Amino acid sequence: MPKGLVIVDKERCKGCGLCVEACPFGVLDLSSEYNSSGYRVVYMARPDKCTGCAVCANVCPDVALEVYREESSVKGAA
Amino acid sequence: MKRVLMRGNEAIAEAAIRSGLKCYFCYPITPQGELVEYMARELPKRGGVFLQAESEVAAINMVYGAAAAGVRTMTSSSSPGISLKQEGISYIAMARLPCVIVNMMRGGPGLGNIAPAQGDYFQATKGGGHGDYRLIVLAPSSVPEAAELVGLAFDLSDRYRVPAMILADGMIGQMMEPVALPEPVDPAEIPPRPWAVTGAKGRPKNVISSFDLEPEGLRRMNLVLQETYREIERNEVRWEEVETEDAELLLVAYGTMGRIAKTVVRLAREEGLPVGLLRPITLWPFPYGPIRALAERVKAVLTVELSAGQMWEDVRLAVEGRTETPFYGELGGVVPSPGRILEEVRRYVR
Amino acid sequence: MSVELAIPRGYTRVFSRPAALSEAGFTYCPGCHHGIITRLVAEAIDELGILERTVGIAPVGCAVFLDRFFNCDFVQAAHGRACAVATGIKRARPDLVVFTYQGDGDLAAIGTAETVHAANRGENITVIFVNNGIYGMTGGEMAPTTLPGQRTVTTPRGREPRSHGYPLKISEMLAQLDGPAYITRQAVFDYPHIVKAKRAILKAFRNQLEGKGFSLVEILSTCPTNWRMSPVEAGRWVAEEVSRFYPLGDLKDTG
Repeated sequence: MPKGLVIVDKERCKGCGLCVEACPFGVLDLSSEYNSSGYRVVYMARPDKCTGCAVCANVCPDVALEVYREESSVKGAA
Repeated sequence: MKRVLMRGNEAIAEAAIRSGLKCYFCYPITPQGELVEYMARELPKRGGVFLQAESEVAAINMVYGAAAAGVRTMTSSSSPGISLKQEGISYIAMARLPCVIVNMMRGGPGLGNIAPAQGDYFQATKGGGHGDYRLIVLAPSSVPEAAELVGLAFDLSDRYRVPAMILADGMIGQMMEPVALPEPVDPAEIPPRPWAVTGAKGRPKNVISSFDLEPEGLRRMNLVLQETYREIERNEVRWEEVETEDAELLLVAYGTMGRIAKTVVRLAREEGLPVGLLRPITLWPFPYGPIRALAERVKAVLTVELSAGQMWEDVRLAVEGRTETPFYGELGGVVPSPGRILEEVRRYVR
Repeated sequence: MSVELAIPRGYTRVFSRPAALSEAGFTYCPGCHHGIITRLVAEAIDELGILERTVGIAPVGCAVFLDRFFNCDFVQAAHGRACAVATGIKRARPDLVVFTYQGDGDLAAIGTAETVHAANRGENITVIFVNNGIYGMTGGEMAPTTLPGQRTVTTPRGREPRSHGYPLKISEMLAQLDGPAYITRQAVFDYPHIVKAKRAILKAFRNQLEGKGFSLVEILSTCPTNWRMSPVEAGRWVAEEVSRFYPLGDLKDTG
């Protein structure tokens, strides 16, 4: 089970790529999928690398990302 | 009722405070300096906010903000300053915010001078700024009437959510007359403003805006304005008639000129000349109907103005060719004597 | 429209949409930092618990739809007049929390007088100043803040200060005044700077709650569309070029 999970609101994503660039672990990439506005949406290309650090969501200009962390790692971090 | 001797500018200020004015924003300009001074002295003492802004542009936008926040608010200025306020007034009109604007007109165009003039009639009654909008425009011809119309301006502005203007000049602003001031308004009588921005607590958010990028949406906003204006035109036309019953010549004049025209009517009657006066009190909505009715039975309608004939256009629209519509105007702050107008009158009746 | 996403079993949500934001999608161009800044303001409103007493002033420019993005009351101001409108609201109802959100054309060109005088009066409001050195909405014209040499549609050969004037460092100007409580310049081109910018925005709102007076947070932003750059390149340009010309950090803080 990966430590982190990024859920993309595909309709909000504009495929700008800022999160792809910002992710410290190379988790995200632009998919070949387009949303109804014609943007290529981001997805977890390497989900096993995700730590749930939420840097991606912080740099997202469209508040399109929600981030979850595996509960044991949240407690560990606290 | 007890009467006090007051200057027009001061009477307007006092009447505004008694009308429940909460926020007054201004920028100094002659000839309405006494109004500003009175507000600075009195309004804070009586629980209101006085703020001298950095410009007329800022002052009217502060009015926009205070009106949006749901309080009775006002600004005052004179012609060049009112020109600067037009952007803000256009926004206020479309955002449907109540407020009162006082224009103590002076000679123009440009810097002009500080003498009495009526050259801002078009600006006041035809919109002034950009877009299809109107102000309720009230034109007092004496100090007591100025005080009375201030209260009316606040009430009408609240009722229709249309900004109201008191349109006068330095003559009205600076002359002293006995005034019976209105009783202070009970704050509970001021209409509630459920649309105001007061914090979205226990209700959906309120948005005050003058804009919609979608043509259909903007059209709807415009139609609301237009429906409101039609309602005002039906309900709020105000005017005074003097000796019109048997008049063969009808004078039409407002404000300072209306006051002088009253003297002209008296002098003419002393000479046996059948002259009457219709003095519009609301310049918008304009008393087209009453003028039209009188035009059916007089030989001429003489418009007298301190302008090159701005109200004259509305008089001619009212008369629609039913009778002659001569004009006499003065410019540049020159105020004609009653005798000078009487000469004009004698050209049309004997 | 977005859908309420179910929390996956065994996971805790660590980042989600601020409650101060409505469901409406931002109308900013892809990758524009406006969206980050708008979200930070919403997060600050959430964290201070002031949504029900906050009034925002939407500007003219790329943030013209700001009222749609938030769940609090809003007033739309004329171009440049936000600080005057905010003054009117705050003076009428001092219990409200009033903020403006303005671009550089709005705040530093057409609204310079309103901004300077609101600051000088120490008006107890919060100003979010988004500086991307260009007029974005109207098609990429020179702004007062455009850098020397920077190409825009009205400086096609680059801004030449001797003809077009020098970039206006309005935050430095404001910091010279006695009125303001807090003037700071921030950026949001990477995560650490986003964290700092958020802290500055929180402080600017907290100052208002504490009655400290005028607080302005300038945030260096991007305009990938009119800069003719990718969002990533635009962010890098802020980090490497723009923030050298407009140094980051507090310019005035009365504490």
